Amino acid sequence: MRVLLLVLSLFMATPALAVLPDEILDDPVLEERARELSKGLRCLVCRNESIDESNADLARDLRLLVRERLVAGDTDDEVIAYLVDRYGEFVLLNPTRTGANLILWIAGPAMFVLAGGIALFYVRRRRPDNAVATLSEDEEKRLDEILNS
Amino acid sequence: MLPVMIAEIGHFTLILAFFAAIVQFIIPLIGASKGWRGWMTVAEPAATAQFALVLTSFAALTYAFVMSDFSLLVVVQNSHTLKPLLYKITGVWGNHEGSLLLWVMILALFGACAAWFGQNLPATLRARVLSVQAAVGVAFYAFILFTSNPFTRLATAPFDGEGLNPLLQDIGLALHPPFLYLGYVGLSMSFSFAVAALIEGKVDAAWARWVRPWTLAAWLFLTIGIALGSWWAYYELGWGGFWFWDPVENASFMPWLISAALLHSAIVVEKREVLKSWTILLAILAFGFSLIGTFIVRSGVLTSVHAFANDPERGVFILSILVIFMGGALVLYALRAGVMEAKGVFGLASRETALVINNVLLAVSAFIVFVGTIWPLIAELFFDRKLSVGPPFFDAAFTPFIVTLAVILPIGSIMPWKRARLKRTLRQLAPALVLTVLVIGLIWTMQTGKTLIGPIGVGLAVWLFVGAVIDLLMRAGRGAVSDRMRRLRRLPRADWGKAVAHMGFGITVFGISALLAWEVEDIRVVAIGETYDVGSYSLTLNDVRDDRGPNYNTTIADMSLSRDGVSIGALYPEKRVYPVAGMPTTEAAINQSILRDVYVVIGDQQDDGGWAVRTYIKPFANWIWLGAIIMSLGGVLSLTDRRYRIAAGASKSPKSAVPAE
Repeated sequence: MRVLLLVLSLFMATPALAVLPDEILDDPVLEERARELSKGLRCLVCRNESIDESNADLARDLRLLVRERLVAGDTDDEVIAYLVDRYGEFVLLNPTRTGANLILWIAGPAMFVLAGGIALFYVRRRRPDNAVATLSEDEEKRLDEILNS
Repeated sequence: MLPVMIAEIGHFTLILAFFAAIVQFIIPLIGASKGWRGWMTVAEPAATAQFALVLTSFAALTYAFVMSDFSLLVVVQNSHTLKPLLYKITGVWGNHEGSLLLWVMILALFGACAAWFGQNLPATLRARVLSVQAAVGVAFYAFILFTSNPFTRLATAPFDGEGLNPLLQDIGLALHPPFLYLGYVGLSMSFSFAVAALIEGKVDAAWARWVRPWTLAAWLFLTIGIALGSWWAYYELGWGGFWFWDPVENASFMPWLISAALLHSAIVVEKREVLKSWTILLAILAFGFSLIGTFIVRSGVLTSVHAFANDPERGVFILSILVIFMGGALVLYALRAGVMEAKGVFGLASRETALVINNVLLAVSAFIVFVGTIWPLIAELFFDRKLSVGPPFFDAAFTPFIVTLAVILPIGSIMPWKRARLKRTLRQLAPALVLTVLVIGLIWTMQTGKTLIGPIGVGLAVWLFVGAVIDLLMRAGRGAVSDRMRRLRRLPRADWGKAVAHMGFGITVFGISALLAWEVEDIRVVAIGETYDVGSYSLTLNDVRDDRGPNYNTTIADMSLSRDGVSIGALYPEKRVYPVAGMPTTEAAINQSILRDVYVVIGDQQDDGGWAVRTYIKPFANWIWLGAIIMSLGGVLSLTDRRYRIAAGASKSPKSAVPAE
């Protein structure tokens, strides 16, 4: 059994690099754009890796596809739209700001405003001039008596 | 005792520990409410017995792994005779069942520590703390025994095991889970104290003083655990990333953020007796996030690298534990929070306010991480959208809050309690402010056409670091240098801990910013014998050869690194194949120094006979983890403060010589 596994392992492809030298475009500006785009695209078969980081064959295919579209003259947005058309928005590591996703994007700032508001209310209430209880009428009277006696 | 029976002994002691936990949960709780001293004192021997039993069980499982007892299912699935001894041992917690056993053993250890060192706690509080701690234990013993038993035997034992995931056969990752668990489970103590205090209906400075060391210890272990994981990812995954916003990383990061908030709010309760109910809520939430973390990792609900178990039954069980404990604690909180009356008053500009802002920022940051982590699940369940939330979201949503935190940190940390004057505080910080502006200006002019990350990040780091130094210098007071030095030496350790931890934070911010801003990457095909330049360094590929390790085959490149013709060292990047697991891994070669890492990864041989090679110059990479170590060192310093050692309890202990801050 072990021998069999050893033999099998010899035939297995062992990709060990993400972006490979032969993928790199000659035009440094286009290549830079390709890298930036790749960082925001998910390797669909991997666990939470971008195609820029992944060694998987699919990631390589997607990297080549991105470069192909860029060479064909697509803008960044067009490349992304092209991929979303084919693979769904699952491919985007940067979730869109449309529809229900607005909740995701607004959740943090909204929570900050809410928590900040509560904190401000609390802090103001703990100010010495507020927190020292004012005297009740009876106490005022008693104080007058003491002071005037 | 027959060796063949050791697994049964482990199984049996685990069941006994379950019963000890049930006793420790019920008897002291009743005793405390009825005022029966005898029933309350049961907690202590029960906690000791529970720990001894679960320790025995853990030792039995470790024995099974070390001896490669392949009649145990979990050993077959996760070990192999060829594996080095160290990884046989660490393999005990490199799987679902074993890691839960470690979890519950650490839980019992913390409970036992509270029993042993909590002699000066009021009797009812101690009984209740230990009871709540045991309640958590009961839930997890049941989880292990009913869904994830590590002692399940096989009718016919195979000759050899299936091996451990090769990625896990690494010292950084082997030590990562125990530290994280010490952190997660440490927060169970804060939780137990919070729930016990709610039952008692009393939260005061003494309570905060008891709960703080536990929180501090938990935070400190989480810091080390997270840093270990990040360091592992950096050198093992092959492209030198240090943080991926992976759900499993987030699972440990959320409790870290909340426990950092708790740490600071407990100080306010201790010194000023305000923010009590908020602190209780944080203590509950901190452990809640630990449970959520356990749920995310153990249920595999959000698929990711670490999710070993993918069994819905287990997920539902942990979710029920989460719902019961969080639901119960929050209901109790809603009923009782009203009784906690704040005592102190403070002005709008004061350290109290600064710490409130600290808490808001940390809590909101944790909330963002939480929403981002579970959003794919929510989007799929409720909106029928299958989507990903990756690093770009977290970078955009999380960073502004941490940057704000870093901006206010030095200001808040030197503000006096009760009433401060912002102008005066800023004047004291003037040197830090000037230095920060200078550094930002200098970097801005030196770098051309690059991102803002460099100048702003490094500026913040300088601001944090110098701010912490000023904090210390101010505590040294005025007068001759010798007087100041003497006062500095006599400062309470907690003050040193605070400054050191804040410096560590600055150093980590510096490392991250420098790495993100000035990393150099080079990808190319290199022929054997060829020399190429990256940045100011020259690298030569001398040779590539095949070799064999104890349980893997490897391809090693022999490279030399030099700068300006001076040799710096040799680099041996590898790619390995572990035949048992059938998995390739990359072993990057890193030439480390304090100023930069040269990071080299070898790829496949190309058609022309050359090798694909990736080279990075990573400036100040080590500062990221160095900062984390310094942060935890600050935690250790603070933990050894004599106020906590005696203390915990002697609430009438003499005030330290330094006037109250």
